[in-house]
Amino acid sequence: MESGKNFILGIYEDEDVLLKAVRNVREKGVKIHEVFTPFPVHGLEDALGYKRSRLPIAAFMFGITGTTLALTMMFYMLGIDWPMNIGGKDYTPLPDFIPVTFEMTVLFAAFGMVGTFFVVSNLKPWGKAKIFDLRSTDDKHVMAVDLDKNSLSPEEISAALNDSGASEVNTKNFD
Amino acid sequence: MTEEKFEFTAAIKKKIGFIALLGFLSVVLGAILFDPSAGHHGDAAGHGTTQIEAEHHGDAEAGHGASDDGHHGTSPLLKRIFVDFWINNVFFTGLAIIGVFFFAVQYVAQAGWSAPIKRIPLAMGSWLPIAAILMLGTFFVANHDIFHWTHDYLYHETLEDGSPNPEYDEIIAGKQGYLNLPFYLARMIVFFGVWYIFFRILRKNALAEDLNGGEDYWRKMVKISAGFIVFFAVSSSMSAWDWVMSIDTHWFSTMMGWYVFASWWVSGLAVITLITATLKENGYLKIVNANHLHDLGKFVWGFSIFWTYIWFSQFLLIYYANIPEESIYFVERWQNDHYAPYFFINLIINFFFPFLLLMTRDAKRHAIFLKIVCSAIVFGHWLDFYLMITPGTLKENGGFGFLEIGLMVIYGCAFLFVALQRLAKSSLVAKNHPMLEESMHHHI
Repeated sequence: MESGKNFILGIYEDEDVLLKAVRNVREKGVKIHEVFTPFPVHGLEDALGYKRSRLPIAAFMFGITGTTLALTMMFYMLGIDWPMNIGGKDYTPLPDFIPVTFEMTVLFAAFGMVGTFFVVSNLKPWGKAKIFDLRSTDDKHVMAVDLDKNSLSPEEISAALNDSGASEVNTKNFD
Repeated sequence: MTEEKFEFTAAIKKKIGFIALLGFLSVVLGAILFDPSAGHHGDAAGHGTTQIEAEHHGDAEAGHGASDDGHHGTSPLLKRIFVDFWINNVFFTGLAIIGVFFFAVQYVAQAGWSAPIKRIPLAMGSWLPIAAILMLGTFFVANHDIFHWTHDYLYHETLEDGSPNPEYDEIIAGKQGYLNLPFYLARMIVFFGVWYIFFRILRKNALAEDLNGGEDYWRKMVKISAGFIVFFAVSSSMSAWDWVMSIDTHWFSTMMGWYVFASWWVSGLAVITLITATLKENGYLKIVNANHLHDLGKFVWGFSIFWTYIWFSQFLLIYYANIPEESIYFVERWQNDHYAPYFFINLIINFFFPFLLLMTRDAKRHAIFLKIVCSAIVFGHWLDFYLMITPGTLKENGGFGFLEIGLMVIYGCAFLFVALQRLAKSSLVAKNHPMLEESMHHHI
């Protein structure tokens, strides 16, 4: 076995075959690293047994940060630091603050989510993408199995992938 | 699996009848307990002006406000009942037409998920002819009590003997080109007529699809629906000006068409969700699962926020600019002991409550949360219409009590009865809908 990270890839032609294969392979005790598809396949997350994304929780946290910051900023600026009479309103009129608060909430939630996504997906300018098989952006579904994370032997895994309807089974090594 | 029929059993009818009876008793109780001298300005009932109105119009239009009701003698109780009728007319007409609108939107958007629940909004549309009769009837009986602009004396600059008419209202007279009785009635009749015709055509095609199947009906209905939506876009705005905004004749808001539509739309969605969830709980709609409820929940949640957005857009500009002729609308509602509590309750029920309770995915997927929130929203938006209509008509003599609750319950029961009866007449699920298969596999 080569050094670095070793993967066995199952290539599938059809998403229905892929969905059945994912269930089938997991039943045999193979732990799937990731599945790459050229288009969204409905029900794939369920078949892979993914837990629900926690991104909404992150979004809420980012949003509430924006809300707090906006209100604090405006109350400090217009209430404490430099009170101004605008149209005869109170120095800190809450209705006037709502649009800014809303915008800051949305801005923080949006940027926060994009940032989170970049971090989670390891997308950075100097990062190098791990491409398992270029055809996964074209017409093939690629199922990657991490050998280090599986107790089954490479032969057993290959056999399982072949049985599940893979059109080819390859190996892939990342240094 | 798709062949289902809703049975409108005697037990359900009895239940609805019983609730309607309670509503009737509530109205009777309200009428008995009615105190004509109630209100902060008991004397105001006689000459129909209010403190605020007088302060506001005081200098510029002295004398006009004072003649609001002086010319006819409808008793305060009757006047309040007329106004309550009008609130319910506008609100339930909205629910009915939103049923047709939702149905049409599903076709124009070529949505697949909603295929099994489409019969529910369509059934809501069958309230339209009754709504038309009730609205025209109320208008003929009570137009002077609800709409200040219907008084003839406002429009003559001089009296018959040539002296200046103290009642002449330049602003209202300036709007006569639009706000005059024949044109107003023509609009009302045309709107109801065209809405009903579209409803009939859509329903006819939907039932023919049940019999014959095929994609042709679906394609035809996409086209008809697109036509309806264009007409509804214009007519919903104009009906909002006519039926709601013209009550506060001097005042105007360019947001009003959207505002009324937003209120109708979210309450209509809430009613569709309520009926769907209840039918599902009673063993109907086997295709419908948590995913469909989730979609309805997202609709209700999203459009609660949309309503708030419209509400706030109207409010903020008026509040910020603070031009007296515009801010009078909020002065009458917010800075008024009578209506201020409802002003805030309105925002709490229609924004904060659904916003917080339906925010999570789980809440939208469980019928119990949807039922709680949607019931609150239906009541909340009834209250929204109460707040649009009552302050301008009853001024300081308005109130909220047994009369309002009772009449609302009677209307609600009648609406539900008509809709459910129509629902029971044909297959509950559009069994030959080309997208039924897609809807069965709907997954979000």
